[in-house]
Amino acid sequence: MNAPAYNFAYLDEQSKRMIRRAILKAIAVPGYQVPFASREMPMPYGWGTGGVQVTAAILGPHDSLKVIDQGSDDTTNAVSIRKFFAKTAGVQTTTSTLKATVIQTRHRIPETPLREGQVLVFQVPIPEPLRFLEPRETETRRMHALADYGLMHVKLYEDIAQHGRIATTYAYPVKVEERYVMDPSPTPKFDNPKMHDCPALQLFGAGREKRIYAIPPYSNVVSLDFEDHPFERYRHDGKCALCGAVDSFLDELIMDDHGRRMFMCSDTEYCETRRALGNGAQGFSKATEAAPA
Amino acid sequence: MTTALALAFVDPGLSAQSSFRSIMDAMARPGTVVSLSEQVAPPHPLSRGGAAVALTLFDQDTPVWLDTALAAASDVAFWLRFHTGAPIVTDPRQAAFAILSDPERAPPFEAFALGTLEYPDRSATLILQVDSLERGLSLSVTGPGVKDRSTLRAMPLPPDLPQRLVTNRALFPRGVDLLLVANTAVAALPRSITLIEES
Repeated sequence: MNAPAYNFAYLDEQSKRMIRRAILKAIAVPGYQVPFASREMPMPYGWGTGGVQVTAAILGPHDSLKVIDQGSDDTTNAVSIRKFFAKTAGVQTTTSTLKATVIQTRHRIPETPLREGQVLVFQVPIPEPLRFLEPRETETRRMHALADYGLMHVKLYEDIAQHGRIATTYAYPVKVEERYVMDPSPTPKFDNPKMHDCPALQLFGAGREKRIYAIPPYSNVVSLDFEDHPFERYRHDGKCALCGAVDSFLDELIMDDHGRRMFMCSDTEYCETRRALGNGAQGFSKATEAAPA
Repeated sequence: MTTALALAFVDPGLSAQSSFRSIMDAMARPGTVVSLSEQVAPPHPLSRGGAAVALTLFDQDTPVWLDTALAAASDVAFWLRFHTGAPIVTDPRQAAFAILSDPERAPPFEAFALGTLEYPDRSATLILQVDSLERGLSLSVTGPGVKDRSTLRAMPLPPDLPQRLVTNRALFPRGVDLLLVANTAVAALPRSITLIEES
């Protein structure tokens, strides 16, 4: 028995063709959610089955694949998906944002700017930005058809009425090419500006909800806001305890029962690269010791 | 019958992947000419590039419409049915894909499925077989996927293509998507592009 147990990249060719056709239509209508016949994958919903199917449909033997989960290359989800494609497609895997040709991501966009020719594949849990405002698919579909997005502005307005500011911090709705309102997946709103005018192709796959959508390179992506309450990026006011970065998105780590905490880069590869270049910790001796030489 | 049974992709999986990445790259960067490396030898007048796109995207779920010259060559329909399983339809409105071997005599784009406002993805992709993506009518476009502007040359094309592209853009998000395919290269004009008037 020398026959391989799986087709290249696990999915059968017919499924790949169906996904590929959906991707082409998604690129042609930026921000519109194309329905597709999502397949069962050998991992549970919520683990990135949509992203995995998109990756499987585009991946070739010469690609170099990076997978991140909340910015980290080392979490179970990221490691499992990387191993899955190393096994079923024999592709090279990498943690380097610069070297990767395909990057599958859950909830972050890498800090290192993306370049032309790269493909960023997002794992999306709930692709419909209007779903929590209007549960009926027939209605949300009609709203997209008519570009009737008043409800979304009401939601943002209610945020302001209750909290004095737009309190949405992740999955912050964007408008793509002045037409479709789109859910950027649960990325922190810190990452929203990176979607605008991005040289890489951005593809979004929602497995359970059976939708694929896309943002072509150099597209106009605007975070929804009001003139008197403009969109604001949010970032913890601090620096990374490991590499000292003041520009990266930070994770908060609770240190003990007394409320001591530290911040560190959410993008582990960005942080490691900075440390390798000699950027050190600032006043956290333990963190410095933990850093690899 | 030997031509009808001419070979398709040598390695169906990997060749389709490689072709698809070229097509996806072309679609994501409208007006850019992307090389199409996978070679097939289809029956005339189906071109090598047109055949590679067909093998990459067609199957039993995609009704295909052929223009007069292609429909007249029975080898072509036989080859497509044998290798892709795609049903050949005579009503352009039912087609998910259309292959036009003679783009100068392309029927009006409105003859094809344009999608609906609710489901703009239910629209046709037109595959225009061209002789050259270096010479011919020059089209400057802008839109998603284009940094500033992108200029494409191709021949032969429908003589009124600029007007057709303007009309197609006005339908957005409805409309047809165009793939311009030479023997070893592909370029795309999706419905999202806007034609820049040459001054």
